[in-house]
Amino acid sequence: MKLLVPVRQVGRLEGELALDGSALIAESALDWQLNEWDAFSLEAALALREQAADGEVVVVSVGGEQAESALLACLAKGADRAVHVFDPDLAGADPLALAAVLERVARREEPDLILCGAQSSDAANGATGVALAGLLDVAHVAVVTAIALDAGELIVDRELDGGTIEVLRLALPALLTVQTGINRPRYATLRAIKQARSKPFETISPGELGLEGEALAAAAGCRTVRLSEPARGEGAAMIDGPPAQIAARIAELVGEALRA
Amino acid sequence: MSGVVVVAEASAGRLRPSTLELISAARSLSAQGAGPVAVALIGAEAQELADAVDLDGVAELLLIPAPVAHFEAHVAQAALEAIVAQRAPAVVLAGHTVQSLGFMPAVASRLRLGFASDVLSVHWEADRVRAGRGAYGQRLVAELEFPGKPTVLVLVRGGAFAAAAPAAAGSAIRTFLELDLDGAPRSTRIELREPPAGEVDITRADFLLSVGRGVEDAERIAELELLAARIGATLSASRPLVDAGWVSSERQVGQSGRTVAPKVYLALGISGALQHVAGMSKARLIIAVNSDPQAPIFDVAHHGAVADLFEVATELAQQLG
Repeated sequence: MKLLVPVRQVGRLEGELALDGSALIAESALDWQLNEWDAFSLEAALALREQAADGEVVVVSVGGEQAESALLACLAKGADRAVHVFDPDLAGADPLALAAVLERVARREEPDLILCGAQSSDAANGATGVALAGLLDVAHVAVVTAIALDAGELIVDRELDGGTIEVLRLALPALLTVQTGINRPRYATLRAIKQARSKPFETISPGELGLEGEALAAAAGCRTVRLSEPARGEGAAMIDGPPAQIAARIAELVGEALRA
Repeated sequence: MSGVVVVAEASAGRLRPSTLELISAARSLSAQGAGPVAVALIGAEAQELADAVDLDGVAELLLIPAPVAHFEAHVAQAALEAIVAQRAPAVVLAGHTVQSLGFMPAVASRLRLGFASDVLSVHWEADRVRAGRGAYGQRLVAELEFPGKPTVLVLVRGGAFAAAAPAAAGSAIRTFLELDLDGAPRSTRIELREPPAGEVDITRADFLLSVGRGVEDAERIAELELLAARIGATLSASRPLVDAGWVSSERQVGQSGRTVAPKVYLALGISGALQHVAGMSKARLIIAVNSDPQAPIFDVAHHGAVADLFEVATELAQQLG
């Protein structure tokens, strides 16, 4: 069973920031780590590989140097092989542009199952996986909380609002987007982190995948014109002082509200 | 390309309230020059739900019966692809919901539409649509445009628009679209499982002590349970603690957990992600303690403090206990 796991390194904006009118924040202003959802989709893939005797887990990421960090983290956790579609301009790409690039990789790799994170923690579009399934014309289920194999087919739990679960059966090939909490992602050992660099790692450009220039630009679903600070509402009335003073004010507020 | 199509959403035979918010958003786009508003009802219950969306300002209802009784992502996908191909609307509006995310991105990629999800604002100017959404973990707002896209699919966050008044009945033309969807399903429902009824019902508590990722250590949950007991509160939690197995799922507040509206919601170490806020924003008094002054929870809280949650908890145990 061949599994393809698209992953992303996400940037977290820490502290204060001066906006300069551009549509993208400089990479150096962000704190980078593997997208939380992708740790779960990778773990799900590794677990399925271990069930099927002859499995392979291929991780793919699109972007600049940050994408390489994401892939090395996945190799350290146990992925077999990595494909880095190198293009720094695609680091902040929208879901449809990413899906178009990933489609080219998927058509080359021909996986039985693609496992994506249900969303990324920074952009939170929740769309790249299902957009990719559309381009590949494969069956898909979004926001999955359990995956099992049964007679060569998938049985998955899909999460609905309010905690209701829909259990579905579907055939392979397929694409699932994975929700957090589906498993307990493993940590990489120090030894595995060192060995990650010796695993097969391919760097390829969108052009080499047959996607560049206007075709790549046309694949995008939107363009960010500018970034701005959100118009904040009144916000919370802030309680200052040491913990004892904060607790005293909270106790007072809670007392009033419960009596009301 | 003209007109706005709203994709209605129903669950268990009932229209989701978010659909009325979408109709309201569509009406304002229409008033700005985007063209007439149509509402699409996809599914076996399309006809029964038609009256509920036949509201003032809706010109046409598109009724698409489906071959399976419940929502099936690939059926919905095929139906929406046919609607867009036949009607070529300028804008398609749908909710940013689990259901929409299950098929709409595939429609957008296949038909090469303009696309944005979790949208907070949408407007029409100079013959084109623009949208606003959060960026960088909701810290910033991104203004989006859709150059070269004759049709733009926009998934709107619940609560971003006020709902259209359900009282004002309209007189929309009803059009049945006969599509061949028999071969469309690609998944089979085995069962629908409701969440197990637990030993505690957090929706009935007046006072919730809610804890989040800021706890950082499974060992310390017990301290917070004790605190809750001591101050007369019920313990609840945000998703990460339930995912980690530290707190049972019946105590989860949020979109995929319970929706609560207690008299007091005291949030300790909860950042305030969208899916959490959806489940607690109706609480009468919200107090948040978080070590990160930028945490979005401070936008919904009435009172807040930037502090270490355990230091405040220790003091609270003494003062409220």
